Amino acid sequence: MTEEPRRSPLGEALGAHRRLAETFREEHARVLSVLVTQLRDFELAEDALGDAMAAAAERWPVDGMPREPAGWLLAVARRRAIDRIRRAGTERRRAPLLVVPVAEEPAPGEPAEIPDERLRLLFTACHPALPREAQVAMTLRVVGGLTTGEIARAFLVSEPTMGQRISRAKRKIRDAGIPYAVPEGDELAPRLAAVRAVVYLIFNEGHTASTGARLQRVELQDEAIRLAALLNERLDDDIENAGLLALLLLTAARSPARWRAGRPVPLAEQDRGRWDRDRITRGLALVDDALAGGVAGPYLLQAAIAAEHARATSYDATDWGRIIRWYDLLIGGSGDPVLRLNRAIARMEGGDLRAALADIDALADQLDQFSHFHAARAEVLTRLEHHAPARSALTTAIELTGNAPLRRELARRRAALR
Amino acid sequence: MKYVLLIAEEEGIRNQWSEEEQQADMARWFAYTEDLRSSGALVDGQALHDSTTATTVRVEGGDTLTTDGPFAETKEIINGYYLIDVDDLDAAISWAAKLPTLGAVEVRPVLEFDMPEA
Repeated sequence: MTEEPRRSPLGEALGAHRRLAETFREEHARVLSVLVTQLRDFELAEDALGDAMAAAAERWPVDGMPREPAGWLLAVARRRAIDRIRRAGTERRRAPLLVVPVAEEPAPGEPAEIPDERLRLLFTACHPALPREAQVAMTLRVVGGLTTGEIARAFLVSEPTMGQRISRAKRKIRDAGIPYAVPEGDELAPRLAAVRAVVYLIFNEGHTASTGARLQRVELQDEAIRLAALLNERLDDDIENAGLLALLLLTAARSPARWRAGRPVPLAEQDRGRWDRDRITRGLALVDDALAGGVAGPYLLQAAIAAEHARATSYDATDWGRIIRWYDLLIGGSGDPVLRLNRAIARMEGGDLRAALADIDALADQLDQFSHFHAARAEVLTRLEHHAPARSALTTAIELTGNAPLRRELARRRAALR
Repeated sequence: MKYVLLIAEEEGIRNQWSEEEQQADMARWFAYTEDLRSSGALVDGQALHDSTTATTVRVEGGDTLTTDGPFAETKEIINGYYLIDVDDLDAAISWAAKLPTLGAVEVRPVLEFDMPEA
């Protein structure tokens, strides 16, 4: 006997709650960005939006979902903000805000015009007058819509610490008069570079998923991709924005193959069938377009290297010669030791073992304290069949890393050298 | 918004300069001040005598403690300031960046109180 599945009242309530939560997640940043630019006060904007969401949680399940949830939230939040200003008795100081006409709740079917102000908010959150950790936290909070608790867990700090960091940043934005604006003219390029650095940092925090709550960190990675896509969409005449987005897509595409049974899988052993083809296709198209569009900067050049890996059908089919040429462009005059190490590894993979060892040894002074340097040195020594020095390099690499899965992997490699 | 640009420089950094160099320096400061005035941002601004002329006053437990010199012993001292009125921090930073100073500039927003209406 089969029974028609009946929807329980609890099930319906949970379904409605999930739909609400999804809508809030999607609309939060867009509505908040409009409120902040109008009210010029993060705390007031967030409180008012909180009020509006609480009202929505009460009304929507009863009245049904409005056709334009964002418009509804914005209209209610603005009225609540004005109530709060009146209650606090600060109308005089905030009088200019009160003359902005308050939109009535949009009529059913009437599309609400909500401008996308997220880019302004991103530049505000990444303003150089804020400390770097605050830039990261504010970006995730106000542009990504993550809760303080989620951000705290992702960065392995306590919730009160993260809460303080965020509220200090909000106060500084208000009191120091940090503008809600995308800078113009000569100011844009350096500020844009800072914004990209913050997005990249968020991505890396998600990418090195080795400790803590893994899920949260994948979310950070996805959030960074969303932010990079926003930058590239809105400021598309800067090819570095395309480069950053491509780099993140191509790197994230490999994520499903990077871990197996709790241990990191080196690129050479990754199952390429598990790479995310959609992200690779998007990333490759961005790289090709951007490289045709002008002089490449560091993100685009790194994306070009990632693209070579993505194009290769197997590790052995990798075009190491092209990768080395991209590294030459990337290193340029800077001589960054980490980039030079990566170039040496590419030479090793290309089969140029002695040259690679010489390149690596030349970096000893600068990279002696880095586990990755010793691990790379051990690898080239292993391939040259210098087993004893390879073992001792691995021992140093193990001592220098605090990352448990990585330690196990290095120990496994050392044990294989008998 | 009002901001103070506090100019901190190494003491006596211009002492070894020739007469011509010092005059050229003064001309740069006058030109800067004139730019600030004509933009409408200038509220006030003064250069200060050197730190040997400073007196630090501190009241502790009802006693007034007066000591010779600036309040902190550092290589760089505050030797002048501008009070400006501009839209936001970015505008204040760009004025600070144009100062012909040899040291650093601290940009601080002025705390404005809501005064009761008369």
